[in-house]
Amino acid sequence: MIGGLFIYNHKGEVLISRVYRDDIGRNAVDAFRVNVIHARQQVRSPVTNIARTSFFHIKRSNIWLAAVTKQNVNAAMVFEFLYKMCDVMSAYFGKISEENIKNNFVLIYELLDEILDFGYPQNSETGALKTFITQQGIKGQHQTKEEQSQITSQVTGQIGWRREGIKYRRNELFLDVLESVNLLMSPQGQVLSAHVSGRVVMKSYLSGMPECKFGMNDKIVIDKQGKGGTTDDPVKSELGGSGKQSIAIDDCTFHQCVRLSKFDSERSISFIPPDGEYELMRYRTTKDIILPFRVIPLVREVGRTKLEVKVVIKSNFKPSLLAQKIEVRIPTPLNTSGVQVICMKGKAKYKASENAIVWKIKRMAGMKESQISAEIELLPTNDKKKWARPPISMNFEVPFAPSGLKVRYLKVFESKLNYSDHDVIKWVRYIGRSGIYETRC
Amino acid sequence: LKVINCCVWDPSGEIFELKAELNSDKKEKKKEAVKKVIASMTVGKDVSALFPDVVNCMQTDNLELKKLVYLYLMNYAKSQPDMAIMAVNTFVKDCEDPNPLIRALAVRTMGCIRVDKITEYLCEPLRKCLKDEDPYVRKTAAVCVAKLHDINAQLVEDQGFLDTLKDLISDSNPMVVANAVAALSEIAESHPNSNLLDLNPQTINKLLTALNECTEWGQIFILDCLANYMPRDDRESQSICERVTPRLSHANSAVVLSAVKVLMKFMEMLPKDLDYYGTLLKKLAPPLVTLLSAEPELQYVALRNINLIVQKRPEILKHEMKVFFVKYNDPIYVKLEKLDIMIRLASQANIAQVLAELKEYATEVDVDFVRKAVRAIGRCAIKVEQSAERCVSTLLDLIQTKVNYVVQEAIVVIKDIFRKYPNKYESVIATLCENLDSLDEPEARAAMIWIVGEYAERIDNADELLESFLEGFHDESTQVQLQLLTAIVKLFLKKPTETQELVQQVLSLATQDSDNPDLRDRGYIYWRLLSTDPVAAKEVVLAEKPLISEETDLIEPTLLEELICHIGTLASVYHKPPSAFVEGSRVHLRIPHTRVSTRPHPHSPLKCCPAPHSALGPAIVQVSTRKVPVILLGSRLWTLSITSAMPASLGGAPAVGGGLGDLFDLGGGVGMPTGSYVAPKTAWLLAMKAKGLEISGTFARRGGIIQMDLSLTNKAMSVMTDFAIQFNRNSFGLAPAGPMQVLTPLSPNQTIDVSLPLSMSGPVMKMEPLNNLQVAVKNNIDVFYFSCQYPLSLLFVEDGKMDRQVFLATWKDIPNDNEAQFQIKDIHLNSDVASNKLQGSNIFTIAKRTVEGQDMLYQSVKLTNGIWVLAEMRIQTGNPNYTLSIKCRAPEVCQFVYQCYELVLKN
Repeated sequence: MIGGLFIYNHKGEVLISRVYRDDIGRNAVDAFRVNVIHARQQVRSPVTNIARTSFFHIKRSNIWLAAVTKQNVNAAMVFEFLYKMCDVMSAYFGKISEENIKNNFVLIYELLDEILDFGYPQNSETGALKTFITQQGIKGQHQTKEEQSQITSQVTGQIGWRREGIKYRRNELFLDVLESVNLLMSPQGQVLSAHVSGRVVMKSYLSGMPECKFGMNDKIVIDKQGKGGTTDDPVKSELGGSGKQSIAIDDCTFHQCVRLSKFDSERSISFIPPDGEYELMRYRTTKDIILPFRVIPLVREVGRTKLEVKVVIKSNFKPSLLAQKIEVRIPTPLNTSGVQVICMKGKAKYKASENAIVWKIKRMAGMKESQISAEIELLPTNDKKKWARPPISMNFEVPFAPSGLKVRYLKVFESKLNYSDHDVIKWVRYIGRSGIYETRC
Repeated sequence: LKVINCCVWDPSGEIFELKAELNSDKKEKKKEAVKKVIASMTVGKDVSALFPDVVNCMQTDNLELKKLVYLYLMNYAKSQPDMAIMAVNTFVKDCEDPNPLIRALAVRTMGCIRVDKITEYLCEPLRKCLKDEDPYVRKTAAVCVAKLHDINAQLVEDQGFLDTLKDLISDSNPMVVANAVAALSEIAESHPNSNLLDLNPQTINKLLTALNECTEWGQIFILDCLANYMPRDDRESQSICERVTPRLSHANSAVVLSAVKVLMKFMEMLPKDLDYYGTLLKKLAPPLVTLLSAEPELQYVALRNINLIVQKRPEILKHEMKVFFVKYNDPIYVKLEKLDIMIRLASQANIAQVLAELKEYATEVDVDFVRKAVRAIGRCAIKVEQSAERCVSTLLDLIQTKVNYVVQEAIVVIKDIFRKYPNKYESVIATLCENLDSLDEPEARAAMIWIVGEYAERIDNADELLESFLEGFHDESTQVQLQLLTAIVKLFLKKPTETQELVQQVLSLATQDSDNPDLRDRGYIYWRLLSTDPVAAKEVVLAEKPLISEETDLIEPTLLEELICHIGTLASVYHKPPSAFVEGSRVHLRIPHTRVSTRPHPHSPLKCCPAPHSALGPAIVQVSTRKVPVILLGSRLWTLSITSAMPASLGGAPAVGGGLGDLFDLGGGVGMPTGSYVAPKTAWLLAMKAKGLEISGTFARRGGIIQMDLSLTNKAMSVMTDFAIQFNRNSFGLAPAGPMQVLTPLSPNQTIDVSLPLSMSGPVMKMEPLNNLQVAVKNNIDVFYFSCQYPLSLLFVEDGKMDRQVFLATWKDIPNDNEAQFQIKDIHLNSDVASNKLQGSNIFTIAKRTVEGQDMLYQSVKLTNGIWVLAEMRIQTGNPNYTLSIKCRAPEVCQFVYQCYELVLKN
């Protein structure tokens, strides 16, 4: 198991050091600094073995977090734990920065004592932790016996992510379907790979211990119901018959509140939600993806000292919708000496420090196209190596889900309190963003 | 090696100040002072001098302050054991506190203090906490047992904590169950043979129930524990799989990977024709692909594991090539791993896409990545024949870029392509030769030299090219020197008239001016071959080379099986067994098999190469030029040395005469015995169990060389080809010293005899019985498994004669408990004949004594692994029964040595 946990600043000074196992000595702290943080080379692996000791590290801005062990630990678990620790720390004091860590070191030690025992990760849900590890000093001594046992039963209980007795005057929930669409396209316009990775993020402000059921236009579910002969399919009414009726989900993963065995057997998503914001599910689709933009590049080398670049972008969605924050990044060679750009829409600039022409358009409706052309002058070099021609990348945001996912329902049941599904105010929003959206040129 | 101070630290000033603050009356000031102490501790300053002052703050009702003091105690108690006692009272009191959080805190902290006196006081509170009414306390106490076990294992056993811990597996609270499982698993690891975890269908059922309810971490502990369980039959195996599959949708990647591990292991037990088996295979792919959208560090762990899974079960991800395409912004470690998997998944169906990608990668910035991409193109050519032409032209394009390392890498792989497809692509040699000057890496230089030597007859100026290398002969690396030597000898054999001078020059450089023994030896061998019999030289040096195999970088099947059992762990990231990086770790795990003997196993490919390969290095290195001539020469030398060592066939050995005799007579000097006993061949594998392949065999030791003599008979209707053999780990590390040479296809009803030389350099694992050997033989049809037993006399070495004095001392030194006595009945030999006969099998008589008509023979035997066996044999005249006493430091071998005596004397 995890033998020790260290946090360093960018210079390699230790900010936090907690050792859990006897086989990890103080010299391990220095070994990591010398061999990884101060290493001349770029980091070649997130796992390093130094003198029969293994170091797992992740970086958040310029802070290094390292877990150390001498055993054959579950490596995936160690990384998951490090990420989780970052989440917990952010939930307590915001950004993970040197200053915040130094100011909160007592709290961090307290957390580390609680969420890692002898190197074994323990309950690390912030919802539960915040009930008894508080920044304003402990209330421990003032708690009643009932309160104490409530805390412990929550920390160890089956619903460790939610405490009892939550009350809201207005029961409200917000559902965000956030998708990032990824594309790799050949210069000829052939899709080399494309997938959507999506997340359903939920903000719930519900009283009591509500039981929720979430439904979407999952092909497997719809097909099953279709066979059953349901005529008034809610999907049709909601979508007004437009778009795809159902989507094929390649794979999905759920927050630990979702009953996985139920999903496995009935493919229904039921759960008792944590309070506040959390990620209900992640999913991935590869079939029938709506690619919001198409990039058509044309690069011509004119002699050895000049390049002509022309890039056309086409928007491919309903004309009534608007894409926002569009940015096209056209890489330029390292020996670029000057660039002249002409674009029909938006603003374009050559950024020498980034070796790219950055073309920004604030808004663009569907089924439109726009174009940029540039002349790039090059300094003659005797470097034999050809320019690697990195791909043209794009950023954008669109108000729909490129995978075609639609939320069909989110039902809330709370039998003990007197509010019903109809009393809950629900909000649904779809945002499609570019992930790695690249076209080779 | 104690604490290293990072900063200059003025003890008198700051410590003094802190001391005062710690003893302040004001609570707030006290707390601030303790905080300062902890801050100093963190950066490595030694604040142990404040021990009594800090401990004084312990008795407080402020929980935050208490936690800080505990943190300090955990750090310094070990260095101040006497003062640590001061804390005991407070701990014991806290363990009785009405607040469960405080009870748990106390027991948790006590377990972290590795001081004997504290540990003693821990037992009683721990016993109570294990049965506490509050689950939070129980789950903490469960882990505490593991802590205590780490400090004092005996104490844990004596106090009966293990049983209490086992009871917690049935606890009503899932988190308590999970922690108990974690603690038990860890403790069980240090008692490999104890049945501590005692997994049976009932406990498994409890674990599976808790699995649905506990935290993500608890699920990991439980799944990792489940993976060690051996289901009774395929039905149980299936029902566990069914209950584990929902975990594949968990958001935590570690839960997913641990579930994959359980499924990969238990699947092995399911019949392949079961519908469920196919369903399960299909269910595995999507979650594995999803892992690739995790954070990069986790992607890396996932990719290292996928690499193993793809080798074990290529069918799972065969349609998912695209997800392994490299993204421009991937960290380099992700890129390199993706590339590795792409090559493994490359097939005729997707090769066009793969090649297009690889060509793209070859123009990237990172040098390692570009090199690997170029090599990958070569591997594709070798793996998918239809693509070879496209690959070669892609490589030529890359050579035109003139980027130095790209060119060198391309040349190294083109050499392998030549070997795989002889007489097909040699037209490109001219282009390669143009780049001769730019090669500065030994491997590329060696590859180029190999090409020039191998195709000398087609290159007009081959002599000039090779001569140019010769100028700086001594500055070259050994790899290049060896290659140059061989290439020039090849050239000479092909064009003897013009190159006499050149060959003389290189031979004298190698034999006279070099102090590298390999180079010198090879030089001498060539020299003598050339001077005595050029025809033989031609046969040896220009012999036809065996084709190189497609996949040279596969992980050895036994290691792969072990690594599959470690999916998700560090072992799967390093691709090494835990014993390679964990001190004192347990022996390896194995995948359960239902049908052991002839289990169809189409996807565990056997390699022809004897050395275990790791997938860490680039694949093609394995067939690099450096090895080519060695293997080639090696196999020839092999037969030569054996024939010369066997007196009967000495005359038949071609071209062995004069000076060559002493060179090749490697075994002769040791004093070759003649009568080493070889048992007749016995049937090892029956045709009906092995799809028509019948194998019988025996073992022999000839002139210090161990051989496995096999007869392969084809009793099937179709021709058998592509034979290969491999051994499982065994007690003495027996392993094939070279590939099994079955050069011609085996037609129906034909039998071939093969002698396989064995080495002792394989991996070692104790077998039951000791001399058991598990063998896998592959042919074009399937892989077959059988086991056989070898006589221990195989391992008796030629220099096993012990000095008399040493014998006496050793005999006395070995405790009498290690002595074993045996009767050898019905032997009608006198002592001298018996002693001669035994000597033939390397059992040496050191001394003989005759006392009252009884001959006492004192004998010694040495095993290949250096174990000495001492024996006393009593022979009474007229009595056909001998008495044999054997003494050895490893008494388990005595039994087998006795068997050898009996075999030798009776035959």
